[in-house]
This record gives sequence, structure tokens and C-alpha cells, in this order.
Amino acid sequence: MSKLRPPLGPRDHVQGNPHAPIELVEYGDYECPYCGQAYLVVKAMKEALGDDLLFAFRDFPLSEVHPHALRAAAAAEAAGLQDRFWEMHDVLFEHQDALEDDDLMAYAKALGLDLERFAADLDSDEVAERIRADFLSGARSGVNGTPTFFVNGERYDGSWEPDALLAYLRRVQVEHAPAARS
Amino acid sequence: MALEPGSRAPDFSLSTTPDQTVSLRDFRGRNLVLTFYPADWSPVCTDQLAVYNELLPEFRRLGAEVLGISVDGVWCHLAFARDRKLRFALLSDFEPKGEMARAYGVYRNGEGVSERALFVIDGEGIIRWSYVSPIGINPGAEGILDALEGMQKVKR
Repeated sequence: MSKLRPPLGPRDHVQGNPHAPIELVEYGDYECPYCGQAYLVVKAMKEALGDDLLFAFRDFPLSEVHPHALRAAAAAEAAGLQDRFWEMHDVLFEHQDALEDDDLMAYAKALGLDLERFAADLDSDEVAERIRADFLSGARSGVNGTPTFFVNGERYDGSWEPDALLAYLRRVQVEHAPAARS
Repeated sequence: MALEPGSRAPDFSLSTTPDQTVSLRDFRGRNLVLTFYPADWSPVCTDQLAVYNELLPEFRRLGAEVLGISVDGVWCHLAFARDRKLRFALLSDFEPKGEMARAYGVYRNGEGVSERALFVIDGEGIIRWSYVSPIGINPGAEGILDALEGMQKVKR
């Protein structure tokens, strides 16, 4: 069974309750059409599970296949340096067909980011290194395409159709519910 | 049965392009990752090779080169590599068909293609790690990275 290496830590982008019984991690690529579908699935999981779900996203850009993927990942990370990672993440997945540099700058502007800083961060070694580290952690964790999900640290190889994924997460929810631990 | 760690890697000399061949001895002194896959263009290999493609700098940092091997012909490989922007060589195990896959114990007689198999070979030509994946399942890179890192530690 492939395990998430390293486990979630302070450097990760997370959303939701940090003490949630379900920890869902996605390795994704902003230009990958399946990740675009998965974005909507994850949204549905957040709505269905509320405080019982912690979601995290790590970059896994297949940049030779998806020429805009690396740049888009950098945009999300650069927005993250201004504490707006998730807003940019959403905008990118909602506009997968418009990921040119002009588009990225327009999104940054719409989010009210400091544009000069955003443009500098987009090209910075810090951002490139962070994406690279995410990619390598994915390779080490058994990510072999996008999207790949991990649930509570183990790779999830089942279907990520909304019904199937929700049914699986609900089982994990029951197993890890505080009452069941006693 | 696929050749096991500790075995000497069988020599090979196969075409990568219409006018270029590659042999095991070209890699003496370097680690080598052999990726056998059933066919160009099939969806699983595509993702698998795309991930290795992105990981080339990491493999090189660990002193390893990567080769892909299938029974497809050189022209097919050329078109496939160009389409997927692959930056490592693909070997054509085409004539006699599957000879290299047979030598490594990973040929599927019934289907006439190779298994989805991985071999990590050290600079002396000894197989240090091997893995045969269920044919429809992408084996990813974790096993290769673990093997290469383990070999580095032994060296130190």
C-alpha cells in the first residue's frame, strides 16, 4: 500500500478542520482535465462532510504534457505567499483553458494581490523549489498520474466518482469518529 | 519469471532511432533503469512514462539513466516520443520480436508484448531491483527511487 510521504505538515496547503477524522490529500495538475473534474468532486465532498474533512492539495504538474501546468502551479504558490492560495487554486481550476501569463496576472489582479510581488514570486526559486518538492513527494508516495488521492495517509485507488468517493469517506468517518475510539 | 536482483543483466543492442542503437555496455559505470511496457500509445504507459520524464533530473541526480522498451518499431517510437515530449530513449524490441523481453523473463507469449516491468541495474551490470506490475496498473516511481537511494547508501 502506497503511503503519503511525508505526511501532512505545516508547509502544506490545507482547508477545513485540522482535527477532522478524514484527511483527503490530492496530487493534481491545473491543466489536467481529470483534475478539473476532481475539483468539482472535492467541492462536493467538502459540502457533504463539513467539519469532518480536512483537504490538502499538493502540486504534481506533468509539465511536458501540459505546457501551462507548471506556470499555473507557480501562480497558486505565489498567491499562497500572499495568503490567497485557495482563491487562486479555485480560479485556476475554473479557468483551465486560460492559463497564459496574461490570464494569471489578471486573476492575481482580480484577487487583489500585490501584483509586483506576485510577478516576482512567480519566477522565484522559492516557488519553483516548493513545486519540485511536492512533485518528488508525490513520486515517493506512489503518485503515478493525476489526480491521485490519499485518504488518511494511504493512497486511494478506488473510483473518485462522487458517490463512490463519498461512500468510502463516510466509512472512514465512522471508523475514526471520536465515539468509536473509546 | 523476471530476472531477480543479483543476476547479471543480459546484454542488449537495440535500435532507438532508424540510425542509432543502444547497448547495455554504453551505461557501464552508471545506473540504469529499464522500463518495459506493453505498447506505445496505451493509456497506462502514457502516464507512467510521463512521470518518469518529469523525474529525469532526480534519476540523474541518483546517477541513473532511463530507457523505455517495447516491441513497437522505431518509427512508432519516434512519433510517440515526439508526441509525449519524452526526453529519454525508447528501445525497439522488434526483430527478433521480444528478444530482450524474453532475456529478462518478461515476455508475454500469448499477447506478443512485454510485461509492465522495471529493472534497476548498477554500473557493473548487475540487477539490483526488479518489479513486474499487473499489466493494467501503473507502477509509479517510488520503487525505482527507493532502489536507487538504497544503492547510493551502500556506496557511501
